[in-house]
Amino acid sequence: MHETPPAVEIAGLVKRYGDKTAVQGLDLVVDRGKLTAVLGPNGAGKTSTIECCEGYRRPDGGAVRVLGLDPIADAARLRPRIGVMLQSGGIYQAVRAMEMLRHVASLYANPLNVDELAARLGLDSCGKTSFRRLSGGQQQRLSLALAVVGRPELIFLDEPTAGLDVQARHATWELIEQLRADGVTVVLTTHLLDEAERLADKVAIIDAGRVIAYDTPQRLADTTKEQDSIRFDAPAGLDLTALSIAVAPGAQATEPVAGSYHVTGEITPDILAATTAWCASLGLMPRNLQIEQRSLEDVFLDLTGRELR
Amino acid sequence: MTVSIDTPAPELPNARHGERALGTPGSFSPDPRPAPTGRMIFAQARFETRLLLRNGEQVLLAIVIPALMLIAFTAEPIGTISGGGSRIDYYAPGIIGVAVLSTAFTSQAIATGFERRYGVLKRLGATPLPRWGLLAGKSLSILMVECVQLVLLMVIALCMGWSPHGDPVAVLLLLALGTAAFGGLALWLSGALRAEATLAVANFVFLIFIGVGGVVVPLDKFGHGAQSVLQFLPISALTDGLRDVLQHGTAMPWGPLGILAAWAAVAIAGAARFFKWE
Repeated sequence: MHETPPAVEIAGLVKRYGDKTAVQGLDLVVDRGKLTAVLGPNGAGKTSTIECCEGYRRPDGGAVRVLGLDPIADAARLRPRIGVMLQSGGIYQAVRAMEMLRHVASLYANPLNVDELAARLGLDSCGKTSFRRLSGGQQQRLSLALAVVGRPELIFLDEPTAGLDVQARHATWELIEQLRADGVTVVLTTHLLDEAERLADKVAIIDAGRVIAYDTPQRLADTTKEQDSIRFDAPAGLDLTALSIAVAPGAQATEPVAGSYHVTGEITPDILAATTAWCASLGLMPRNLQIEQRSLEDVFLDLTGRELR
Repeated sequence: MTVSIDTPAPELPNARHGERALGTPGSFSPDPRPAPTGRMIFAQARFETRLLLRNGEQVLLAIVIPALMLIAFTAEPIGTISGGGSRIDYYAPGIIGVAVLSTAFTSQAIATGFERRYGVLKRLGATPLPRWGLLAGKSLSILMVECVQLVLLMVIALCMGWSPHGDPVAVLLLLALGTAAFGGLALWLSGALRAEATLAVANFVFLIFIGVGGVVVPLDKFGHGAQSVLQFLPISALTDGLRDVLQHGTAMPWGPLGILAAWAAVAIAGAARFFKWE
């Protein structure tokens, strides 16, 4: 039996626009049935990479295979199998929301039930509104509906929740989670780290046209867990040396602000116990005790830098 | 002791066989299959026609303006006709040419320009509808609108005493080649320029062609030098040819058909070469 090719296989992708190189030697393999979030600062090459997968752009170097097919040479066979949500636009200004959804559904042999899909995304109340009169959030949701209506096996979502309010974002997340649960492979780009953390099986961080980290959100955060910390408040001027000895060798104690103590390192139950035992030995109650774990956001900022692009 | 009773999930009344309500597990299970190509093309044609006929300016351009021109030029003694015969017999073929020009060229160029600008063509490129299928859908949509125009204009003309001559096959051939030439020019223009520039050029060409294309002013009213150039315009070839057949009963107007075929070939080649989808 043939081995099923990965959903997406990118090797050494290069994409240039004039003098500017947007993607330089990018490698990425996306497994089937998984949800992969592509994170990166503006201009990192996310959309260029996705559009090479969708067959919109011709790579200047490297190879892209999607569901084992060449996105440009095999476009006719590939396109029915993928769903695409563009970052913006793509819809006739004068068309009514449901009319557009019904039309795109009519291009597939076995589309989803458009009324149920519209209701699911809160589009039923604005079905007769023309696209140009929809709110930004409604336009986004219609765009998502168009991407899923043909029952694709692989779906590319370019910033699916950009500009959505909290309710719409949650509705979108629930839909995306269900797509994944039903076996649809999802590749989404996002700026929202909590979105990636919540939804993604794997996160690819792209910067300057390359993948600089690719792992589960948990393991990405773990790679820097020696920078986790226990924080608590206590009377100022306690003996830091004694505390450092108590938590050594895994961590060390600091008092960055008078009366506020940090024990920084790879925080284990033993270190937590040593810290509270040390407080107990002094007859102190550590107030506001909390354990600070590194978030994906911290990792992202560490990897991509803090300067504005 | 616990007893579990398995009851089948109630089926939604409007659910097709084997379809699950969205929200139940498996309702998004992949099953990506394109609709049959013919159905896709027809759906695209119907969709574009519906959008076009909803657009006020396009209806004005495609239906109201030609109908008013036909009525006004025939009823009022403005302009002079040549070749004798009744005014309606002279004007009806010219206005039919205008109808083809407005739908296949002006309206299509503007619509396609804005579709390109708003990323509609890009979005449709991600559906199973192939690009040639999109063009086929557009062509079919043009033909649908032209049918509406022609029926309306012919009814008005017949009511005003029009007595057409000639072979309907020759007329259909002229209309088909004219549509191909104008449609090709529309795609070339809208595929190469920005939407706003397309809008301006398409309207400008529409007016110029009506003025100098033998629609209302006979070509022989222009000087010899101008006439020898103007007769090679696609609009002149179309109106000349239609008049040869419908007014004078010519069997097959080979000259105009040749000119239109040449324009169609050049325009479609230009569109194929220069059209950008984004």
